[in-house]
Amino acid sequence: MDYFDRFAVPHPSPAIYASMVAIGLTMIAVVAGITYFKKWGYLWREWLTTVDHKRIGIMYILAALLMLFRGGVDALMMRAQTAIPDNGLLDGQHYNEVFTTHGVVMILFMAMPFIIGLMNIVTPLQIGARDVAFPRLNAVSFWLFFMGAMLFNISFVVGGSPDAGWTSYFPLASNDFSESVGSNYYAIAIQIAGIGTLLTGINFIVTILKMRAPGMNLMKMPMFTWSILITNFIIVFAFPVLTVALALMTMDRLFGTQFFTMANGGSDMLWANLFWVWGHPEVYIVILPAFGIYSEIISTFARRNLYGYNSMVISMVAISTLSFIVWAHHFYTMGHGAMVNGIFSITTMAIAVPTGVKIFNWLFTLWKGKIVFTVPMLYSLAFIPIFTLGGVTGVMLAMASADYQYHNTMFLVAHFHYVLIPGTVFAVLAGFTYWWPKMFGFMLSEKIGKWSFWFITIGFNVTFFPMFITGLDGQARRMYTYSESTGYGPLNMLSFVGAIGLAIGFALIVYNIYWSTRYASRNISNDPWDARSLEWATHTPIPEYNFAIVPTVDSTEAFWDAKKKALNYLAVK
Amino acid sequence: MKELFPRGQVMGFAFSLVLTLVALSVIMFDLSLKMAMIILLVTAFMQAALQLVMFMHAGESEDKASIYTNVYYGLFVALVTIFGTMLTMIWGYQ
Repeated sequence: MDYFDRFAVPHPSPAIYASMVAIGLTMIAVVAGITYFKKWGYLWREWLTTVDHKRIGIMYILAALLMLFRGGVDALMMRAQTAIPDNGLLDGQHYNEVFTTHGVVMILFMAMPFIIGLMNIVTPLQIGARDVAFPRLNAVSFWLFFMGAMLFNISFVVGGSPDAGWTSYFPLASNDFSESVGSNYYAIAIQIAGIGTLLTGINFIVTILKMRAPGMNLMKMPMFTWSILITNFIIVFAFPVLTVALALMTMDRLFGTQFFTMANGGSDMLWANLFWVWGHPEVYIVILPAFGIYSEIISTFARRNLYGYNSMVISMVAISTLSFIVWAHHFYTMGHGAMVNGIFSITTMAIAVPTGVKIFNWLFTLWKGKIVFTVPMLYSLAFIPIFTLGGVTGVMLAMASADYQYHNTMFLVAHFHYVLIPGTVFAVLAGFTYWWPKMFGFMLSEKIGKWSFWFITIGFNVTFFPMFITGLDGQARRMYTYSESTGYGPLNMLSFVGAIGLAIGFALIVYNIYWSTRYASRNISNDPWDARSLEWATHTPIPEYNFAIVPTVDSTEAFWDAKKKALNYLAVK
Repeated sequence: MKELFPRGQVMGFAFSLVLTLVALSVIMFDLSLKMAMIILLVTAFMQAALQLVMFMHAGESEDKASIYTNVYYGLFVALVTIFGTMLTMIWGYQ
């Protein structure tokens, strides 16, 4: 191919040309709007150049919400395409690009930044710090992530999206089989965003280890902060592998090296190996903060202290260690022997033990609690049974011999959505609703929030439960169509109906933000949920320095104890 | 004068030079691949530990517990990644 040919959309269609026009018009409208309302100076001073952890967090969450809708539209297109047999809505190439983009966007540009956004806003407040350890580095992290995400997003109109799956396995992702620049976008955009994430990891480890309020030793930290500390350890130790693997991939694709080729001493499966050495810890990077969020919300709205604090911490440490020794379960069928598969089966199943400990701790926290059914609590309560279902199917997949039947089917797709959606998406939505009053000074409407909760929860189950069945019947994942005689049609249609329910739920969240911004009462206290940790102790809106007097801490629930025992948590000891 | 002389540091510096020379022996002499890799691995780890403790002052501050926890965790992940990859890609591959 000639150099410039590689930037042409390899497979143009009216939808892609329409997207080009839409992107152009949106950009013009945004620029014109900012100019018309004379907001350039405000935007530049208050947001684009800010190093305040709270504003950076809000920008992370905004970007994550945008990406949620990008990835969500991709998901709807996939469900629409497979809703009926022999559908012609998308062709094979488009479908490949769509599922690749969906995976990358949802994991790297939605789940991760949403969690990093929440941890930016909440962690320094929970430990009584005035900012993160390296505020400027924090801004660098955000802009690296943002630029990486935007670079990845323009790929579908400039040169075509990557089409080798979010795992981008070689040799499919090599120049021989992916000629267009799509997979180069993958290698470079994720590299840029990944380096931003790595810097965040270092930043937050230092912040939590060095900047805690006086009296807050490690075993007195709130559970969310604990989960963030462990998550950032995993980030710092897992992301370098991705950095190296992507650098090798870039060299293979751009400079003709042979790391992942089939010949000349290269090894295509080495990519899969390195990818999952990072990739499995990555799923714990997005799930552990979710566990932290649930721990905060469940104890707040059960009106009880968290059951089993020590066992919660120990099980998270255990999960973080185990997360590094299970990666080969992603390619049991690659061809290594029974010994390797046996080892990785056992380590994988072992993860169910600390996870089970946590589930029971949440249940015991609810036991005899005075449960208040707010929107964040509803997400947390729905998480427990749905996530358990995902976990149980995970143990099924962990059995290497049985996995020869399940692998690469819709059963697997159903499993990881059952883990990731209640695990991460429910958690970030719950956390977002829970901490919203602290961020913006008003509450989101509970009524609209409950409607969207029910649409999302029911829609989710209707979308993904049928995939367990079609998967066990043999429907392969990533197939853009199937014939009527396979009998997959009705369940796939059901799945599409569920996806529409999910879409309505997410649209309601947007409407809720709009409605609450316009009509919600601004007259709320600093602590509207009657919560337990230090972020609620400071004033709303949060002053730039967070705490006028750095609080002194004496328990895991410093603010709660201060309220109940009428202690002065701001007293200098 | 005696207490002003950084005895530990000078000895550490000399020792790090010795370790470098031992590692260089791998290309000086005709060693088997196995022997060469063992020499490199052992000297590399000793060198890293020496630099960390002697010249990056890892054990000298009050947060040395968290620094060493980080180092051990990093060591664990590095060893698991390397030997696990060897296991899946070479030793355990049929």
